[in-house]
Amino acid sequence: MGDKNSIKSKGKMEQRKNIALMKSLDKAKNRKKIPKSEYVTEMKNKDNILEIDNLATYFFTDSGVVKAVNGVSFDIPRGKTVAVVGESGCGKSITSMSIMRLIQGPSGQIVDGQIRYNSEEGPINLVNVPISKMQELRGNKISMIFQEPMTSLNPVFTVGDQIDEAIQLHNPKLTAKQIKTRSIEMLELVGIARPEGIYDAYPHELSGGMRQRVMIGMALSCEPELIIADEPTTALDVTIQAQILELLREIKDKVNASILLITHDLGVVAEMADYVVVMYAGRIIEKGTAIDIYKNPQHPYTIGLLNSKPAVGKVVDKLYSIPGQVPNPINMPSHCYFKDRCEKSFEPCGAIYFKLRIFANTFR
Amino acid sequence: MWCDLLQVKNLCKYFPIRGGVFQGTKGFVKAVDGVSFSIEKGHTMGLVGESGCGKTTVGRTLLRLHEATSGEVIYNGRNILDLSKSKMRSLRPELQIVFQDPYSSLNPRVPVGEIIGEGVRQHKIVPRSEYRKHILDTMEACGLQKHHIDRYPHEFSGGQRQRICIARALALKPQIVIADEPVSALDVSIQAQIINLLKDLQRDRGLTYLFISHDLSVVEHISDKVGVMYLGNLVEMAPKTEIFKNPMHPYTKALFSAVPVPDPEVRMNRVILQGDIPSPANPPKGCKFHTRCPVAMDICKTQIPEYKDYGDGHFVACHLCEMECGKK
Repeated sequence: MGDKNSIKSKGKMEQRKNIALMKSLDKAKNRKKIPKSEYVTEMKNKDNILEIDNLATYFFTDSGVVKAVNGVSFDIPRGKTVAVVGESGCGKSITSMSIMRLIQGPSGQIVDGQIRYNSEEGPINLVNVPISKMQELRGNKISMIFQEPMTSLNPVFTVGDQIDEAIQLHNPKLTAKQIKTRSIEMLELVGIARPEGIYDAYPHELSGGMRQRVMIGMALSCEPELIIADEPTTALDVTIQAQILELLREIKDKVNASILLITHDLGVVAEMADYVVVMYAGRIIEKGTAIDIYKNPQHPYTIGLLNSKPAVGKVVDKLYSIPGQVPNPINMPSHCYFKDRCEKSFEPCGAIYFKLRIFANTFR
Repeated sequence: MWCDLLQVKNLCKYFPIRGGVFQGTKGFVKAVDGVSFSIEKGHTMGLVGESGCGKTTVGRTLLRLHEATSGEVIYNGRNILDLSKSKMRSLRPELQIVFQDPYSSLNPRVPVGEIIGEGVRQHKIVPRSEYRKHILDTMEACGLQKHHIDRYPHEFSGGQRQRICIARALALKPQIVIADEPVSALDVSIQAQIINLLKDLQRDRGLTYLFISHDLSVVEHISDKVGVMYLGNLVEMAPKTEIFKNPMHPYTKALFSAVPVPDPEVRMNRVILQGDIPSPANPPKGCKFHTRCPVAMDICKTQIPEYKDYGDGHFVACHLCEMECGKK
């Protein structure tokens, strides 16, 4: 009986500690004045547009701490496409939200790590940047294309209004006429046939592919250096998906932007990405160049993921499927998270979590 | 043909467009416009096409979730479109559907056990004493855990919700399952589990599937026969190996080449279709595909191509194929 009580009180203590941590983080984030020294940093490599270093984003819930992103590090070189793959719930979207600082507070907090962004005025750490500064960057230098074009456009405004708003916010000096010309240019850029007509259309009048084009146009309207595409083609048909991917590739070269592509479709990744990061349960389990990952995958999870995708022209009797499910994010084991689903697990897997090892130059 | 469990003949479904002062009918959206196919018992028919091509409407019309405008659906020798309401109701457990969107097809206020069990009780699928066991068995077969039975849909991820939907359909011990994009919302590793599950169930229980999907790789994996739809019509239908080896219709070719290949070294020389699918309320004249077809000819703009058999059950509706075959 006494034991039970002590466990209970221990749990309570922990919960209190977590809440205190959450509150202190929230307070630090919402300070009115954050000294510049806190967020100016150095890049490891000048060619990178973004470096994520040991990022940890937790959600403090009533039933425990969900470690959605737990020690994620990767770099995005300028002009390249980096793809983050993984199952739903593996933390890939939270990683992108952390970069944009869109994590819903106060329960969601970036607990640790750095996101170094190589801005024009010098490298800054996005984790500590004040909100006002972040707002200048969002949509302007770093922009995001969301998953569902259905729900991410406002149904009561015309498409033109919505693109105008983004341009106007970041270029307050432009006149209304200039803004409109620019919006129509944007619509033209993303391959919309009748840009003047579509400018005055409401989102419900457009098809899914058109809407996604509008979203891309909006994201590109301020010529961002980094485009975060969070499952940009998941809701679309294959023929439209092929169009959109082609468009993204073209545009990336036109404006020399980097793309962080978040997706679960390994086919899309193979088409688009230069570098691939495979995530599982909040951690990176493998990263490398696209060719390395597809030709020579090392981690059993990556291998399983590649095998479980049916491919046109490849006939197999039974698809390989990874047994089991992703573990509960609240009580993550201290050993390798994949141990229980892994076919090759052996004794060391039960020990503490394994650090990423370098297998080849570009490959960890 | 005695072995066809389900035969669809010239199925049409037109949705009226209402407008004007008295809400009169101004026109029709021809969502399904003369579709014919048959499925043998224990086999899987895959139906592919872009969104808006009417593949979902075919599935729903088969089950009389929409009343068909014309045509016949013959199941076990009976035209189910003529059945009375009560007879149709007693037939429903045999014909089940798994819906596309697991977020809107589950009642958020009902726990999972009840979602799966409601139909079982209504149709008295198992005796009362075995009710709970039946539900748990079905849940387990679909990869859900026992303690999920009292949870509510919002507590589940999209993948798990789709498992609940599948469990709900399978709990009624159906003959035919119409799977309307059952794996589109799932992750690849879970997708593979579900596809394997569907295949295992087919083997164990002799199920027949109509598998509606836009993912060609999945359709190729699971189907015995594949039909390609475009704007309410079947443009091509053939046994799986035939259609993937030798696609004849230009739309099918474009569709196949649009599938991303999970291999970074293969950069395919692909046919990218321009533009969107035209509105089914006002479809193009002649061949409906001619507005986007890379090899359209003059005849395509005026004449509707005939849907005919080019041998081995390979049906195509295209003027070009007709001409090429004529030459041979």
